[in-house]
Amino acid sequence: MLSIKNLHAGIHGKEILRGIDLGVRSGEVHAIMGPNGSGKSTLAQLLAGRDGYEVTAGSVRYLDQDLLAMPAEARARAGLFLAFQYPVEIPGVSNALFLKAALNSIRKQQGLDELDAMDLLQLMRDKMKLLGMDELLLPRAVNEGFSGGEKKRNEVLQMAVLEPKLAILDETDSGLDIDALKIVADGVNGMRHPQRAIVLVTHYQRLLEFIVPDVVHVLSQGRIVRSGAAELARELEQHGYGWVEEQKAA
Amino acid sequence: MSAASKQLDELIGREYRHGFVTTLATDTVPRGLNEAVIRMISARKHEPQFMLEWRLKAFRHWLTMREPQWANIHHPPIDYQNISYYSAPKSEKDGPRSLSELDPELLRTYEKLGIPLKEQEMLAGVAVDAVFDSVSVATTFKEKLAELGIIFCPFSEAVQKHPELVQRYLGSVVPYTDNFYATLNSAVFSDGSFCYIPPGVRCPMELSTYFRINERNTGQFERTLIIADKGAYVSYLEGCTAPMRDEHQLHAAVVELIALDDAQIKYATVQNWYPGDKEGRGGIYNFVTKRGECRGANSHISWTQVETGSAITWKYPSVVLLGDNSVGEFYSVALTNHHQQADTGTKMTHVGRNTRSTVLSKGISAGYGQNTYRGLIKVLPGAEDARNYTQCDSLLLGGQCGAHTMPYIEVRNPTAKVEHEASTSRIGEEQLFYCTQRGIAPEEAVSMIVSGFCKAVFQNLPMEFAVEAQKLLGVSLEGSTG
Repeated sequence: MLSIKNLHAGIHGKEILRGIDLGVRSGEVHAIMGPNGSGKSTLAQLLAGRDGYEVTAGSVRYLDQDLLAMPAEARARAGLFLAFQYPVEIPGVSNALFLKAALNSIRKQQGLDELDAMDLLQLMRDKMKLLGMDELLLPRAVNEGFSGGEKKRNEVLQMAVLEPKLAILDETDSGLDIDALKIVADGVNGMRHPQRAIVLVTHYQRLLEFIVPDVVHVLSQGRIVRSGAAELARELEQHGYGWVEEQKAA
Repeated sequence: MSAASKQLDELIGREYRHGFVTTLATDTVPRGLNEAVIRMISARKHEPQFMLEWRLKAFRHWLTMREPQWANIHHPPIDYQNISYYSAPKSEKDGPRSLSELDPELLRTYEKLGIPLKEQEMLAGVAVDAVFDSVSVATTFKEKLAELGIIFCPFSEAVQKHPELVQRYLGSVVPYTDNFYATLNSAVFSDGSFCYIPPGVRCPMELSTYFRINERNTGQFERTLIIADKGAYVSYLEGCTAPMRDEHQLHAAVVELIALDDAQIKYATVQNWYPGDKEGRGGIYNFVTKRGECRGANSHISWTQVETGSAITWKYPSVVLLGDNSVGEFYSVALTNHHQQADTGTKMTHVGRNTRSTVLSKGISAGYGQNTYRGLIKVLPGAEDARNYTQCDSLLLGGQCGAHTMPYIEVRNPTAKVEHEASTSRIGEEQLFYCTQRGIAPEEAVSMIVSGFCKAVFQNLPMEFAVEAQKLLGVSLEGSTG
């Protein structure tokens, strides 16, 4: 589904990703871990189509297309979803309206009929119930005045409604208390599907107790320095990121 | 500049594609302004003596005046002697024969705004058959209004049929000495609307929804007078979201509203005159004086405006709160794109006791647009317990535009409470990326963010108008209709 080869990229002339190689197949859940500044968020944002990054080498194929040549909206319509680390507020635009515009843009691309407001509302209500979200958030402006936890849940709600093929969650666990974390994890686990891949970007192993990944990658200084099964995350928790560096050096 | 803001600039930098289709009217007086021209205008309109005298007084006063210099607008000098001050309504023969003769881009714009076919024909000046749906609809409504004693007609008709009302109220809110442009209008105004709602009558429909297309060709010096007698209510809509063709560059309209005891007037405007091209060439200069007087106790006047057109907008719809407990409101969205300039706002003058006013202004600047909010809140010594709340928000798109806020507050009564809030924000790359990452096209995203910003103002528009206004914002930002 996703194939990253020798990706080098940076911003303002500073190289951040220094040769990433990563393959993700349908049905898999990957976790990308790494210390602050290792390039996790850069990778997530670059894949989602954020402007401003300079790709100096390498390639990214997504569903047999050249991902880097597609504008952000085309990537989204092709099923790539990013749950933002810092969800953005859009005053005056209701959650319901925003999600309707998003879903219908994607459906249109897929040759499906646009959903009308009533069907959509029902869909959103069902998903919100699963995520333990208050329906009153629907008419409220996108993320405006939401608590940190509400914002993160709202990202997962959008993911649940938009049903992406590849979902990248950028530190969705940060700022969540344990109850909220469980709810979010349940939401994500409910999305696991043979036709869908999920990439979790996280600093801590905590999330991976609830969402058990198939593969864990450790990112350090812009490279994937180690990949392994779910146990790798636990080892990391015990030994810290320094341990990987040492192992690599050894 | 990053790629995202470049993209933003491209979005808002598109051109007004169709431009103007101009057909010159044949029955036009020679250019220039003097007493003979004013006598000619008055004579052609068969006006009574008092009208001619009023026009002449205004003209003589105008000769002593100079253009105001305080506004944050810039334009080459206007040669007032190079303007023709009277054009007879255009003959239908001059218009296109059918919509197929029109610029397809203009038609596309009408489609986008959802203007019905018949209205498209009227707007475009297509010669149509005598039997025409909306004309008969209009006639039916006029009969209904007449049953209620409501007078709603062209200004020139009111001068003929109701001279006593015109004489009593004309210039009573905006005197002929008021300001350079209002005085010029008083001398030369061509036509406009007149509306009188008798005591206790609630006008059952949004006035001019059904009439707007019949009211075109009122010319560049339009005059509107609306009187709501005791306990009356009226909601009036001016303008149209569709781009209208006009060959006059200078527009100087005057609107006067009068609300007597317990009366309420809601006045909504959507202004979408030609804004000029991408380089700032051409476009309408819209210098308008609008003022309402809450003359009676418990009266209520609200102005709502959506200003997206014109090269220059200079207007301050105001309310003088004379009656005790009277209420004045001003809700505004002003959008400037390319090289458009807007200096707009309001004046709320609190005279009566316990008077209240609310000001909500949303300015959007894109391209090289310059947007100034200018407001005055004035509380006179007798205005016990006056209240004002003002909120001015500015939204910037791109890096070359400007937003300015100039609030003036004069309080001469210690019991007054006056609040002012202001904010300036920029459509961020973050917001735009958040939308596009969800599959929303950048153009739609900008329009959605801007609509959200304006929501609180749109809520004050009649439903149908609000939907049109929202579409208009989207189209204006695209630049395809200005």
